Amino acid sequence: MLSVRGLVKAYHGRSVLDGVSLDVSEHEVVVLIGSSGSGKSTLLRCIDLLEDIDDGQILLDGRDISDPRIDADDARQAMGMVFQSFNLFPHMTALANVALAPRVVHGSSRDDAQERARELLARVGLSDKADAYPDKLSGGQQQRVAIARALAYEPRLLLLDEITSALDPELVGEVLALVGELATSARTIVMATHEMAFAREVADTVCFLDGGRIVESGSAQQVLTDPQQDRTRQFLRRFTAGR
Amino acid sequence: MTTAAIDRVAFRQARARRSTLIALGSTVVFAAVLLLAVTSSPGWPRVRDSFFNLRVGWQSLPALLDGLWLNVRVLVVCQVLILIVGLGLAAVRTLRGPVWFPLRALATGYVDLFRGLPLLICLYLVGFGLPGLRLSGIPNNPVLLGGLALVLIYSAYVAEVLRAGIESVHPSQLAAAKSLGLNYRRTMRLVVLPQAVRRVTPALLNDFVALQKDCGLISVLGAVDAVRAAQIQSATTYNFTPYVVAGLLFVALAVPSARLADFAAKRAAERQGAM
Repeated sequence: MLSVRGLVKAYHGRSVLDGVSLDVSEHEVVVLIGSSGSGKSTLLRCIDLLEDIDDGQILLDGRDISDPRIDADDARQAMGMVFQSFNLFPHMTALANVALAPRVVHGSSRDDAQERARELLARVGLSDKADAYPDKLSGGQQQRVAIARALAYEPRLLLLDEITSALDPELVGEVLALVGELATSARTIVMATHEMAFAREVADTVCFLDGGRIVESGSAQQVLTDPQQDRTRQFLRRFTAGR
Repeated sequence: MTTAAIDRVAFRQARARRSTLIALGSTVVFAAVLLLAVTSSPGWPRVRDSFFNLRVGWQSLPALLDGLWLNVRVLVVCQVLILIVGLGLAAVRTLRGPVWFPLRALATGYVDLFRGLPLLICLYLVGFGLPGLRLSGIPNNPVLLGGLALVLIYSAYVAEVLRAGIESVHPSQLAAAKSLGLNYRRTMRLVVLPQAVRRVTPALLNDFVALQKDCGLISVLGAVDAVRAAQIQSATTYNFTPYVVAGLLFVALAVPSARLADFAAKRAAERQGAM
């Protein structure tokens, strides 16, 4: 469904992604791991067309969405992204945040969009917070609203960019539980995370990124418990040591 | 309550009472010294007669209030026009795409010109220059021309304030809007502008407080506003008191707006702190 081929991205001459190729099939959950600066977030941002890429191709259902001649706003509608720092719109209530895209981009009526937004908020366990503004919500609640917002227009592909990294430890659980639920409900997800235990639980495929390349990829079991590459081993050792 | 808490409350209350008394005492002393210094100066009797003559002040009040009413009307109309023009300019400067280059360049030039031009010169050029062209349709009315000059100058300021607000919205907000599939125009209208306007409201109100007194400058074109009325009154009474009264009227007009600006600034700060 998603196919990334030879993706290259540099900021001010400094290479961030150095020829990344990745295939994601329907209903697959792909987890990207790697240290900070390894290119996980940039890869996700490139897939969502939030960054101009320097070389390579991004194919979604066989269509090259990285072609500058296509309508990027249109291509993005097939994808939903959740950010590390939530990025909710602070001047809108939780309900308005969730109902925004269906209403103005996908042409739902105001009532339909709001009804659907209420359903989604109920699903992420926040029915009672529909009229609250983001600054009145905890980090975990904000991130759950952000997930509901990304789901509101039924994107085919969900991109999650370290969505628990900005949360207090005791709030991580509620967000991961929600993502776990999504992962088992046959959604296609590409996510970057530092939560190794969680990765093992939900991932179909784990990719280890280092220095802008995918060094190793395979089943969660294989990459996380029996890594073949030295650098993967080093990373995982440091990671378990740091815990 | 524990005895420690009761003791603490009592101590805080005593300290607060003492602070109030000290403030009161120092204010009285300060005012007395100031009053004494002014009234004991050698020229005070003459200054009192020519600047603080109650009888002249009272007699000139109706004419001054008439003039002030003109200032208030000019102020309200100008404020609305300035907001519209300023918003338009700020929006034009954020347009993207090569087609809009001439408009963008024009808006940039406009802002540079009218932010730099002294208001008084602008008033003279518009007030005496425009009618001098003798084009049909250009009014000769000093109030309209003065208002036009105010709008020209202040819309440039307001446009810059709004643009600063637009640029202060964090790029992550744009990324979030984009990733939802919103195009550039919708992102601007639904996500960026509402946040920008909220953020710059205190600065805008501040500009409007400044506009309030600058409305008095349309008198140089001959419009009979409060300043002009004071000039007329003082010429007929050989006394400066009407100027003082007109000044006090402007101050009285500005105080509510200034308090409103303070309030808005405080609220914005609280909001940002909460976010």
